[in-house]
Amino acid sequence: MMKKAILALADGTVLEGRALGFEGEASGEVVFNTAMTGYQEILTDPSYKGQMVLMTCPHIGNYGISPEDNESRRTWAEGFIVTEAARRPSNWRSELSLHEYLVHHRIVGIEGIDTRYLTRHLRTHGSQAGVISHVDGDQDSLVAKAHALPSISGRDLVGTVTCDSTYQWKEGTGTWPQHLNASGKINPTPTRQFLVVVYDFGVKQNILRRLVDEGCAVTVVPASTTAETVRAMNPDGVLLSNGPGDPEGASYAVPHIQDLIGWRPVMGICLGHQILGLALGLSSYKLKFGHHGANHPVLDLRSRKVEITSQNHNFAVRLSSAEHANGLLETPWGLFEPTHVSLNDECLEGLVGRTAPVLSVQYHPEAAPGPHDSSYLFGQFRAMMEQAHA
Amino acid sequence: MPKRNDLRRILLIGSGPIVIGQACEFDYSGTQACKTLKQEGYEVVLINSNPATIMTDPELADRTYIEPITVEVVERILEEERPDALLPTMGGQTALNVTMSLQERGALEKYNVQLIGANYEAINKAEDREAFKRAMEHIGLATPLSRLIRNREDAMSFLEIVGFPAIVRPSFTLGGTGGNIAYNREEFERYVDWALLTSPVGEALIERSLIGWKEYELEVMRDLNDNVVIVCPIENFDAMGIHTGDSITVAPAMTLTDKEYQRMRDAAIRIIQEIGVDTGGSNIQFALNPENGEMIVIEMNPRVSRSSALASKATGFPIAKIAAKLAVGYTLDEIANDITQVTQASFEPTIDYVVVKIPRFAFEKFLGSNPTLTTQMKSVGEAMALGRTFKEAFQKALRSLETDRCGLISLSALDHFLPGDDLSPSVPEHIRTAIRTAHPDRPWHIADGLRTGISKTEIFAATHVDPWFLDQIEELVLFEQRLLGQARACARETTTETVTIPDAVFDGPDGLELLKEAKRLGFSDQRLAQLLDTTAAAVRTFRNDRLPHVTYSRVDTCAAEFEAFTPYLYSTYGRECEARPTNREKVVILGGGPNRIGQGIEFDYCCVHATMALRELGIETIMVNCNPETVSTDYDTSDRLYFEPLVEEDVLNIMEVERPMGVVVQFGGQTPLKLALPLARAGIPILGTSPDAIDRAEDRERFSVLLTALGLRQPRNGLARSGEEAFAVASHIGYPVIVRPSYVLGGRAMQIVYDEPSLRSYVKNTVITTDQYPLLIDQYLTDAIEVDVDAVSDGVEVVVAGIMEHVEEAGIHSGDSACSLPPHSLTTALIDRIRTQTVALARELHVVGLMNVQFAVQGDDVFVLEVNPRASRTVPFVSKTIGIPLAKLAMKTMVGHSLRDLNFTRAPVARHIAVKESVFPFTKLGNVDVLLGPEMRSTGEVMGIDQDFGWAFAKSQAAAGLSLPHAGTIIMSVKDGDKPGTVNVAERLQALGFTLQATRGTAAYLLERGLDVEPVNKVKEGRPHLVDHIKNRQAQLVVNTVGTASSHNDSLPIRREALQQNIPYFTTIQGIQAAVTAIEAMRKSSLTIKPLQDYHPT
Repeated sequence: MMKKAILALADGTVLEGRALGFEGEASGEVVFNTAMTGYQEILTDPSYKGQMVLMTCPHIGNYGISPEDNESRRTWAEGFIVTEAARRPSNWRSELSLHEYLVHHRIVGIEGIDTRYLTRHLRTHGSQAGVISHVDGDQDSLVAKAHALPSISGRDLVGTVTCDSTYQWKEGTGTWPQHLNASGKINPTPTRQFLVVVYDFGVKQNILRRLVDEGCAVTVVPASTTAETVRAMNPDGVLLSNGPGDPEGASYAVPHIQDLIGWRPVMGICLGHQILGLALGLSSYKLKFGHHGANHPVLDLRSRKVEITSQNHNFAVRLSSAEHANGLLETPWGLFEPTHVSLNDECLEGLVGRTAPVLSVQYHPEAAPGPHDSSYLFGQFRAMMEQAHA
Repeated sequence: MPKRNDLRRILLIGSGPIVIGQACEFDYSGTQACKTLKQEGYEVVLINSNPATIMTDPELADRTYIEPITVEVVERILEEERPDALLPTMGGQTALNVTMSLQERGALEKYNVQLIGANYEAINKAEDREAFKRAMEHIGLATPLSRLIRNREDAMSFLEIVGFPAIVRPSFTLGGTGGNIAYNREEFERYVDWALLTSPVGEALIERSLIGWKEYELEVMRDLNDNVVIVCPIENFDAMGIHTGDSITVAPAMTLTDKEYQRMRDAAIRIIQEIGVDTGGSNIQFALNPENGEMIVIEMNPRVSRSSALASKATGFPIAKIAAKLAVGYTLDEIANDITQVTQASFEPTIDYVVVKIPRFAFEKFLGSNPTLTTQMKSVGEAMALGRTFKEAFQKALRSLETDRCGLISLSALDHFLPGDDLSPSVPEHIRTAIRTAHPDRPWHIADGLRTGISKTEIFAATHVDPWFLDQIEELVLFEQRLLGQARACARETTTETVTIPDAVFDGPDGLELLKEAKRLGFSDQRLAQLLDTTAAAVRTFRNDRLPHVTYSRVDTCAAEFEAFTPYLYSTYGRECEARPTNREKVVILGGGPNRIGQGIEFDYCCVHATMALRELGIETIMVNCNPETVSTDYDTSDRLYFEPLVEEDVLNIMEVERPMGVVVQFGGQTPLKLALPLARAGIPILGTSPDAIDRAEDRERFSVLLTALGLRQPRNGLARSGEEAFAVASHIGYPVIVRPSYVLGGRAMQIVYDEPSLRSYVKNTVITTDQYPLLIDQYLTDAIEVDVDAVSDGVEVVVAGIMEHVEEAGIHSGDSACSLPPHSLTTALIDRIRTQTVALARELHVVGLMNVQFAVQGDDVFVLEVNPRASRTVPFVSKTIGIPLAKLAMKTMVGHSLRDLNFTRAPVARHIAVKESVFPFTKLGNVDVLLGPEMRSTGEVMGIDQDFGWAFAKSQAAAGLSLPHAGTIIMSVKDGDKPGTVNVAERLQALGFTLQATRGTAAYLLERGLDVEPVNKVKEGRPHLVDHIKNRQAQLVVNTVGTASSHNDSLPIRREALQQNIPYFTTIQGIQAAVTAIEAMRKSSLTIKPLQDYHPT
């Protein structure tokens, strides 16, 4: 018989299943992700710091683990919850099974529970803290532990995932093995190489690879880097990366970003978009159970075209009705225009500056995992840099 | 963008008869399109020759033409109806091909008709292999190395480049007809010739083989604003080399990394943009090299397809409905998602369950057919199942097939085998051989291979089934072994005699856990009983006492991210049941399951009508079915839909949750009928005719008593439980006799036997005669006319709705013969007697609902052949002909309405005549004989309707794909018994100016009677013989009737050649007589067309 495991939520919900991955106990905010592919990218996405991820797709681990599919130097999810983990993977690139990978990275997981039930529960009652344990069989004790966990609101999770020091990034998607390069968007003849400084709030490597594809030289800097330091590097553009948790937790970055807006083109992604929103004077709020998946439709308000996007966020930026009565937002850097909105719940998904060269989206144009519909945004960022240079 | 206001009237083309490769899925898509366009305020003009479709119900479109789908007829419709637009993407390959021809002959331009959905250039780019290849090259995607050829020489020279195995595909055929894999030169030459023949443009593609690569399909939607979404990635369990229609397929894709999937998704988007399908759905197939991920584009269908029906049912995203809206100008973000209500159609469904589709075959009905699966589709139907895991869905799918297999049973008597047990070395050797062939039984053989310890590596090398799938099957096998081990342990521990399985095995917490796991893995009670040597009932009782009930989850398009408002449900063993049954008055309707020969779309039509009738009465309807092609499994056809296997366990589970006021078993064919007794035993009221009355009609002995009591005649008959008994019964009745095993559908294994030696070989070869299934022997009535009658009764009043005279003689299966309504040759007196007898039968059986009776008329004598107190295959045909929805009325009588209340007390007298003709799959199944007999082999039907029999018959032939000649040469070779009947045929043909040729015997007979006939050689008589003439297309029509079994074989090449050359052929004298009448009618007057609405003005 397989070893048992228990998942307990702060509200007292308890599910029993089979132990998966590293033997031990883990805790975090439980969120569900509805993507049907990309579990390795998800496990290594720093945005999941502080969270335990439930995959709604029932079979996870089928294609194993492949070196090219990591999105950062390590895994970040606190725990992993699936219906069924594949015993043996099947894919030409696979080097490890999911279970072996989880053990290696000390991630505690659980399988064999009704994940649909849990998803519906989280949808109705909202994301909440939970504990997975292979070692504590006492349900009450686990619920109490879950109950005692701090909320992720207001916490600085960025500080735990950002890089220690500045580094250069050289790899593009073109360096992948043949038959993998999916984007088809590699800029073949860059007119000139732009230097982009990436604020690492928990950056996914595919953002860096996509910048390299666009012909950029990429320098990644820690989240606490000052505007002064960035200015000294004299980049052509600044990218504010994705990352975990609440933007308020990383508000220390706000004054530096305010300093950089208007100086060089700025692009924000996910948490970077939220922090940019705070810098522009907007407020953020927590969504009931967040957006985590690879099928979220986003409407481009200008072209009326729909992009299917990859999303992963629990917080969002609010545009109050007063601020966009005329559809526009007044800021010290001139007017900003909301460009994208979620078709599912009308959540603000994108902003551009009318005069300031700023482009910002709540979703993930770098995909990984997810559709490449929004990959063009990196081209737009590049165009902004070109224009600024002209 | 809002919908277009410049269009008012839209023409929709259906797909015609059900054939291999084009089945109910196009009724599903066509019906959705009709409904949607009407709702949007457009006038819909429809053509479809298939009367058994919901889409041809007169309420669905404004003008419904049940006419042959030929370019001439459609052009006439354009001329008379002047539609503004034509939507060509809903009726499969048939609709696309006709549309292409219309464009090419300038008809669309002439009548100023705009193509919506896909334009000519897009269709051509997708369908023309060379153009498609160029288009793919243009966007940097790889296609298989291939060359288009128009003759054998070019084929041979290209063979030098591709090597073996080589794929040969004819251009512009459906379901891969004529496609083959050649492993040697001889095969290659043969397949090339065949492909050039089957292709309507005489063109074929020779292609590099990708056998063993992984195969995927993406369903893609695009709108006018260039928004593109992928509805669902589907992965084939069977690797490349087996037609996707014959493959087990799985959704979502199981073994693709995100990088591989996104690359495929990007390619799909670029393809639909490059091909230029403006709006709607397309299906794109990819092959992936398992060694290195190399991706190749196989093909694209610029229309809705079988796979899009599957993807719609698998995800809850209604592709055809949305495609129709996109075609009239909406964009995806303007269309609401019905299921969540709060989100839009502009998204990609994500699912938190697994869907498995499995094909259903019918090789047993085609002597001489080759059951090896290739690139040409051979399956006749499919079942789909949903489960939380692949293992659960797979096992549910296996039992949904209704092939008397309750799961992954052993085909090598290994159900109780455990590693370490004695095993003859011949068993694994036999299994190894079986696994190597791509045969429908392969999944079962794989399981047997794993049972005997054959490695997955070896199985993979032999099958190319992805190791992940093999691993899943192995998990099932390992679980069985755990269970068997536990059972043996229990048996050892117990010394008393009283041990009761399953209690002993499943007792205690570990035992219960084992049972829970079994159910979660999808094991049926029946399968568990088989493994544990007990009964399904015992497992069920134990389970119901000790375990939580099965739960139902909703198909919601979004993996529970949003609330689902549609009760589209599947069972699983989870923690929470989302069925939430209502307290309303409700009825469960059991559908027909996978299409097979003898049980097809006609029954789905009836089930859908049952639900429509009940909804009109305000009664909640609950549909249970597992066929993804159908209208009945559309989530909004009924109030609630359970997508579940139609087997006792699964159906009883639903009953326990829903507690309906009754269940309808008489509309879905044999499948639900078989469940009547277990349901009644479980206390579920069976609506309509009682199960006992059904038994009185089905049980031969009780049926004889019934007929005797009513003073009705039946052919002499008897029952035999052994060979010896059979010879005695047959000689008592007198030869020829019709023999068949009892309780079979569609006349399986039914034969006409002319003498004792033939009976001896039948008993020996064909049928196992047992006490449980005795052999039925009937007197064969020679030269009798068969008559089919459909009636409705409310228990008091009986209305005879339609009396159909068969064209072919009695003895040809009623599902295979043509028939006319009203009868074209019977006297009024005979018709009256038939009517009276029908009424007497219905009264005696207290029929409530539908009843079908088959009569044979021999001279002045009327014999009752059989009575089926249920919906018959002809119900939709009769309903369309007389303009009365019989199934609907029948349903209403079953919930207490009288026919008087329903204002249906007599059938209207028709001023027109309708002919139903059957359509056969002979071209697809190898070297099978086309002779008609008592075993049903047709897959579908068409209807011809007109003012006289001749034209109605002519239209039915055209609709079935045969064009009757106006002039030319006719070759005849008939058996002695038919010679007198040939004289009249020959005289009339000669009068029409045809040249007559006949084999010696037939020629001599006709010459003696003063006819001008040219003798031709039979095959055995030297060359040139008549097959040479047919091959050279020197004949425009072939008549060939045969008597004895030996002459069947001699004349087989005649019929096969006519079939291959697509030359009209008739194998009965009645058939050619009708054809001559049709040719005469076509000479006398020209084609007229008329919509159903004008035949039956309201």
